[in-house]
Amino acid sequence: MIRVVLPAHLRTLAHINGEVQLQINGQVTQGTVLDALEASYPMLRGTMRDQLTRKRRAFVRFFACEQDVSHDPPDTPLPEAIAAGKEPFLIVGAIAGG
Amino acid sequence: MSAIRVLVGTRKGAFVLTSDGKRERWDVAGPHFGGWEIYHVKGSPADPNRLYASQSSGWFGQVIQRSDDGGKTWEPVGNKFEYQGDTGTHKWYDGTDRPWEFTRVWHLEPSLTDPDAVYAGVQDAALFRSTDGGQTWQELPGLRGHGTGSSWQPGAGGLCLHTIILDPTHAERMFIAISSAGAFRTDDGGKTWRPITRGLRSEFMPDPTAEIGHCVHRMAMHPSRPGVLFMQKHWDVMRSDDGGDNWHEVSGNLPTDFGFTIDVHAHDPETIYVVPIKSDSEHYPPDGKLRVYRSRKGGDEWEALTKGLPQSDCYVNVLRDAMAVDSLDPCGVYFGTTGGQVYASADAGDSWQPIVRDLPSVLSVEVQTLP
Repeated sequence: MIRVVLPAHLRTLAHINGEVQLQINGQVTQGTVLDALEASYPMLRGTMRDQLTRKRRAFVRFFACEQDVSHDPPDTPLPEAIAAGKEPFLIVGAIAGG
Repeated sequence: MSAIRVLVGTRKGAFVLTSDGKRERWDVAGPHFGGWEIYHVKGSPADPNRLYASQSSGWFGQVIQRSDDGGKTWEPVGNKFEYQGDTGTHKWYDGTDRPWEFTRVWHLEPSLTDPDAVYAGVQDAALFRSTDGGQTWQELPGLRGHGTGSSWQPGAGGLCLHTIILDPTHAERMFIAISSAGAFRTDDGGKTWRPITRGLRSEFMPDPTAEIGHCVHRMAMHPSRPGVLFMQKHWDVMRSDDGGDNWHEVSGNLPTDFGFTIDVHAHDPETIYVVPIKSDSEHYPPDGKLRVYRSRKGGDEWEALTKGLPQSDCYVNVLRDAMAVDSLDPCGVYFGTTGGQVYASADAGDSWQPIVRDLPSVLSVEVQTLP
């Protein structure tokens, strides 16, 4: 199972407590993780990436194994530790507002 | 006994304020959607427990929420707002061309007859409609495509469609306003539109009487007299007696003719309310006195309503969607401020009391009169 950690506002929106666990068949990439997440929680569509262009929203970042993978192409395979469920895929709302 | 429900959208969440018909003691529920900007919350006239809310965030974009129990519980519905056809460009602040881009929903206007039908006015300016309770949205492209869209230019808050008025006597007629493109009317359910700006004068424009470019801040109508419209423009309070075909100024003795909001008494279509604001850049009440101005003659002659409102050191603003009336007798009038106060008058504006004083900055106020 793939583990995903969402920012607090999106957990509230989707009525999620704690981590999300997703079953992904095939390659584990940013794109397939987000596809599976949106399929399980349709209310998250448009909140992490634009619904039409599929571009990541500017104030949302993706981290895998302590690496910022936000700018990687969406079809780039995620690290094995993510695919194996040993590490969570982190979706982070930028700390901005000051 | 009747009850009142006040729906408040703020910079950091939505609040639902309720009272009985006396309108003396209030319960405050919220924040709903804490931390998100709630541009507007409005109930369906056909089913008062059906509410729609526009929830948005610079981080996570646009969400539409729907309630079927008067705001106790909510569920997110559809948030895909896709412009139809070739989106083209409008003008940016500096006059360059800029592609149309969806940012947020400013205003939700539920159908007068169908709880599942609702209009959304969005930024960049366009009108969308849902007929399935907000699950899916379709643009009414005739507005952007009617011919002047490429020359629309944003106001300071963005190129926003902020006012939607449905004519209760003519199902195909609707009025909308855009900052700062102007005002428009359709008589065929949104297929075709035309500007309704004859008589408006805006000195900041190269051609002060041009058809397009007036910064209309808000329009209001009394449902018993849908041909009469009132408008708070960037400068000037205006009135039309022919469905917007022609306008004339009714600012009269107002201390400043700038402001954002305007509304009409529930039972007297000649009684209107505005909150004059100092401008251009100050955007607070003149002389630090928060005053609602009421005209009982449809404009031109105005009286200041001050009882219960701060008359010194007050520098809040009252935004365009932040005033509403109930339909009890006497008519209740409500408005919210950027300082987080929501004021209520249970006597048509003669006196005021704060329902709450310390909410986040108020973006919108709507009122439901419940049986």
